[in-house]
Amino acid sequence: MNDIAQGTIDAFRLIFTLDPDLLEVVGLSLRVTVTAVLIASLIGLPLGAWLVINRFRFRRQTIAVLNALMGLPPVVVGLFVYMMLSRSGPFGVFGLLFTPTAMIIAQVIIITPLIASISHQTIRDLWAEYHDLLISLNTSRWQRITALLWDGRRALLTAMLAGFGRAIGEVGAIMIVGGNIDHSTRVLTTSIALETGKGNFAFAMGLGFVLITLAVTINLLMHSLSRTERASVW
Amino acid sequence: MTHSILPLTLDGAIARVRGKTLVGPVDLQIGETGLTIVMGPNGSGKTTLLRLMHGLQRVSGGRVEWAVPDGMARGRQSYVFQSPIMMRRKVVDNIAYPLILHGVPRRQARSTAAEWAARFGLGDALDRPAPYLSGGEKQKLALARALIRQPEILFLDEPCANLDGRAIREIETILQQAQADGTRIVMATHDMGQARRLATDVVFMYGGKVHETAPAPDFFKQPTTAEARAFINGDIVE
Ligand SMILES: Nc1ncnc2c1ncn2[C@@H]1O[C@H](COP(=O)(O)OP(=O)(O)O)[C@@H](O)[C@H]1O
Ligand SMILES: [Mg+2]
Repeated sequence: MNDIAQGTIDAFRLIFTLDPDLLEVVGLSLRVTVTAVLIASLIGLPLGAWLVINRFRFRRQTIAVLNALMGLPPVVVGLFVYMMLSRSGPFGVFGLLFTPTAMIIAQVIIITPLIASISHQTIRDLWAEYHDLLISLNTSRWQRITALLWDGRRALLTAMLAGFGRAIGEVGAIMIVGGNIDHSTRVLTTSIALETGKGNFAFAMGLGFVLITLAVTINLLMHSLSRTERASVW
Repeated sequence: MTHSILPLTLDGAIARVRGKTLVGPVDLQIGETGLTIVMGPNGSGKTTLLRLMHGLQRVSGGRVEWAVPDGMARGRQSYVFQSPIMMRRKVVDNIAYPLILHGVPRRQARSTAAEWAARFGLGDALDRPAPYLSGGEKQKLALARALIRQPEILFLDEPCANLDGRAIREIETILQQAQADGTRIVMATHDMGQARRLATDVVFMYGGKVHETAPAPDFFKQPTTAEARAFINGDIVE
């Protein structure tokens, strides 16, 4: 009990004195996750739209696979990326293992299916509404995709935030491909695991508070966005 | 001057969905001038016929041909749907959208759209979200958006079905103006008064087939088929 009280006090001290180690870890977490979300969105959002407006042979199967990929165990993704990037792997020459780039790659693989799947659902509803108009206006495929993405942007932002929420709290894959190296690949989740193991509860809790704050903020943002989504037509 | 896309010729054209023939075979020609009214009871195939002509409904048999190759004809026609489709954008951006598709720079497209909006009585609604407009305003927006590209032919599917008298009058005025400006119009309606006010010629649909075609005065005075006669008299035609 005392440990917890003391830990809480120390944690807040670290936060309010803007402890440099803490800031570094938070900064890297944000950098990795935001980059991963942006890349995953660049792939996932148009992919979701593309799957809606194109009829091809294995469309239903592709969508089923996409939905299944949302449940990919991060540890397995980590292992896969590790093998790809390790010195003997196909991309070993780039020397990316144990760098933030490796962590971004792993996160992109984890959240792209999630973002693409939410994008697909959103765009599908909008396409049902717009279909006749966009066909009548003689739009190209690309014009259809951009119109749907633009007019569905609110809901798509929700998809991005969902991706952010998943990525910022992820630990398994990040640990494997990043290696949790101090001042290099250490992020919020991996250092919480490390500090807890070492018995540094104050630091671990400080990090935990920051992580929770980030996650809660994002969730509140999502909630209010999806409410305005329902309340208004965009 | 480029070649007109008209006349439009339907030659044994059939619309079939999952083995069921909805409309056809239809032989029909839409000439270069006039305002054709497509009439007929509910379910007689008016909507399907218009969609077939515009290319929204796949041609399952026969031919639907413009005077120019299909690819050239596509962008020179517009269609106003029975329930107007509002994009989730401002009024001005809805009206500007067809111009932007054609590569008109955004600023110029918006200022042109603002002019059209004003002409259609939507001048005060430019910045309002289109999905929140009233029924009549939505239909006027749809008309402005359809006409802004200055199509050679405009299809309308019962554009006044859910509107009150004033909105109907405004829309009819717009249509007469468009016709005077040289736009060919093909419009489905089952409002007999509207048909009499606007039509230069009539296509009467019955049971998925073109049952009768005639210049408007002849059709209203002396319909040749019993079904058309009953329909004009306001009897229930099934
Ligand atoms: N997509 C579709 N699938 C099956 N039947 C359809 C479809 N669209 C229209 N129909 C049927 O085709 C017939 C003609 O419909 P429609 O062209 O909408 O008539 P109208 O516009 O004159 O009321 C109706 O019996 C309708 O139920
Ligand atoms: Mg109809």
